[in-house]
Amino acid sequence: MAKHQTPLLDQLESGPWPSFVSDIKQHAEFRHANEGKVEYQIPVDVCDDLLGALELSYVDGETHWKHGGIVGVFGYGGGVIGRYSDSPEKFPGVAHFHTIRINQPAGKYYTTKYLRQLADLWDFRGSGLMNLHGATGDLVCLGTTTPQLEEIFYTLTHDFNTDLGGSGGNLRTPADCLGQSRCEFACYDTQDLCHTLTNDYQDELHRPAFPYKFKFKFDGCPNGCVASIARSDFSVIGTWKDEIKVDQDAVKGYVKGDFKPNAGAHDNPKWGKFDIVKEVIDLCPTKCMSYDGALKINNKECTRCMHCINTMPRALHIGDERGASLFVGAKAPILDGAQMGSLLVPFVPVESPYDEIKEVIEKLWDWWMEEGKNRERIGELIKRQGFPKMLEVTGIKADARHVLEPRSNPYIFWKEEDVPGGWQRDINVYRKKHAL
Amino acid sequence: MAFISTGYDPSKPMEGRITDIGPRHFEEFYPPVIKKNKGQWAYHEICEAGILMHKAKGGDEVYTVRCGGARLISVTLLREVCDIADKYCGGYVRWTTRNNVEFMVDTLAKAKELKADLNSRKFAGGSFKFPVGGTGAGITNIVHTQGWVHCHTPATDASGTVKVAMDELFEHFTKMDLPAPVRVSMACCLNMCGAVHCSDIAILGYHRKPPIIDNKVLDNICEIPLAVAACPTGAIRPTKTEHEGKTVNTVAIKQDRCMFCGNCYTMCPALPLSDKEGDGLVIMAGGKISNRISRPKFSKVVVAFIPNEPPRWPTLAKVLRQIVTAYAAEANKYERLGDWAERIGWERFFEKTGLEFTSHLIDDFRDPAYYTWRQTTQFKW
Repeated sequence: MAKHQTPLLDQLESGPWPSFVSDIKQHAEFRHANEGKVEYQIPVDVCDDLLGALELSYVDGETHWKHGGIVGVFGYGGGVIGRYSDSPEKFPGVAHFHTIRINQPAGKYYTTKYLRQLADLWDFRGSGLMNLHGATGDLVCLGTTTPQLEEIFYTLTHDFNTDLGGSGGNLRTPADCLGQSRCEFACYDTQDLCHTLTNDYQDELHRPAFPYKFKFKFDGCPNGCVASIARSDFSVIGTWKDEIKVDQDAVKGYVKGDFKPNAGAHDNPKWGKFDIVKEVIDLCPTKCMSYDGALKINNKECTRCMHCINTMPRALHIGDERGASLFVGAKAPILDGAQMGSLLVPFVPVESPYDEIKEVIEKLWDWWMEEGKNRERIGELIKRQGFPKMLEVTGIKADARHVLEPRSNPYIFWKEEDVPGGWQRDINVYRKKHAL
Repeated sequence: MAFISTGYDPSKPMEGRITDIGPRHFEEFYPPVIKKNKGQWAYHEICEAGILMHKAKGGDEVYTVRCGGARLISVTLLREVCDIADKYCGGYVRWTTRNNVEFMVDTLAKAKELKADLNSRKFAGGSFKFPVGGTGAGITNIVHTQGWVHCHTPATDASGTVKVAMDELFEHFTKMDLPAPVRVSMACCLNMCGAVHCSDIAILGYHRKPPIIDNKVLDNICEIPLAVAACPTGAIRPTKTEHEGKTVNTVAIKQDRCMFCGNCYTMCPALPLSDKEGDGLVIMAGGKISNRISRPKFSKVVVAFIPNEPPRWPTLAKVLRQIVTAYAAEANKYERLGDWAERIGWERFFEKTGLEFTSHLIDDFRDPAYYTWRQTTQFKW
């Protein structure tokens, strides 16, 4: 018998998509049965009370979590999100329901041994409910009490060789696509860059010193599977400078129908037989390709959108002179509207120990920490002080690639040193020539 | 429930303390075939919905079976994932950026057997535990935020709206029958922890009532200058008022300048916004991340407001169905939702989807608004 009646949530058990309600219910039963004789460190009915509290939100149309709550582990300013119920008398099992963010391994590969360790820990000291994964990338453990926080941190660091992720005004947990580990499009080792920078910037990750949050994300190619250009203040997107490699025999194979076009990504028969002119040549945004029995690419005009490579992955491959483009300033709409990352460095080689990339990051941070207002993202600072200011602080030379088009107003903020003779003039000298 | 200590001593927090060690090294978790062929992959192909094959230059093949699931999962379910990975995959498994689980095996036959096994597992309530799909030109899993399950500022629930959306769009998760991928994202307030602003379809929680001022406690629990500075439209100013016979420091809010962002509430708990009638959903469409064919682009607001209708949000489901049905019928192969809308014109988008165009959809927020108005005689009847 369920502790709380949840007639509204019960309606989310039907339908084909996996039901989080059914899952929480099965875990609530698991905790009560406790066949493993676990000495639960937080209330046994935490899952029941979570469902009860959530049902109340479904009735009221409003959240029942109190504002904020500052808790954490000693010496860190992030990684734990304090959360308290506003109805603890009704739902004592979730009176405290703090979140712990655990830094996920790059690429989100796991052994079951590691996951079982985590599952056992979270059963023992938490609710047993998790997010795989949080929006930023962490393994998120939802729901524990304040006295458990240091104990969990101790086990993570001593037994699991694992640290917490970021929260608040600090470097948030970096995230990457799976990159070269299982993708032929990856132009650099996203996992190694992600892991290296995560470790090199542990202080920035754990101890808030920034005006607001700062996110790194690493996409291996312009397809952008980890959405870095929309979701990270500092976005690294793999690219190349030389020619797309063409296997003409494989191109013919696609034309003949030996291989599935678009890597088999369409299964709707309405599209019919593959037509290389219609589906590749004509869709090329720069019209730099032609086909007359052999595929020709004018690589000089290519902008590496990857449509042709995505469509014929057996035949076309990324070039060999590989690296990345760096974009800065993406953020969600709050406050001044949504922003995407703007191109700052068109090409940088991506080689360990990544000093060239770190130099750009550190110059950006110095500027932002000096000039940024409280809760101002770096993208907003760029808008406030201007893109040319970002070039100035990073020492990067302006390049026509930085813009889609030049400005259409002439309001250039000339500097005094740009103008011959400077700005200090004598009105008397002027008046000798120009009477008032 | 006796407290069990790890050995941590609160009176000596630095004793034996380990910090700043970061995550586990990714190579510890690579399946052998991944470790061996990293950087040496030649090409890939989707064998059927939910099964990918990657071929290495040296000839190795890895077959990946992808399945969806709720982002919010219990360790009971996580242990079942581990059991499956132990049985089929030598104890390795991974997650995608969009909350899908990927199991890797070495032959197509094993992949098909695993797909059948995954599709056979159901919760007691009847839903799939591990539906296989989420590949290619279809609708994969939704990235989302916490909502009423765990957040203090949401305007809606995340897990519930996502469940409703994926139930409605499920046929496109298990098939690849659309012109191109449709990426759906959900954020339960415009803080957008999930940053949904470049999605083919974005479901966004939104408040519509200005904050209530809790004069009794405001000066005790808030830094008034921070609350004032938090407002992007300058609608908040410091003031004094009479409360229960006493003069107290508080704030005044110019309500007609409030854009309901909730930034003041983030800074000051005495300014709550949430409200059953006021809160609901905004639907945005036509954004993308990929640079394929066209540039990345922002999603546009196509439905200004849908009320919260828990637990099944029927209007949300209907609107999603309208958008996806029109797109599936009308767009060209490879054309993303936003590219389709731009090709036919947004005036035609509203006609084809049957969504109503209202004045709320015309931008009036600061300078970028002007660049969205029409300055040409070119438009369609």
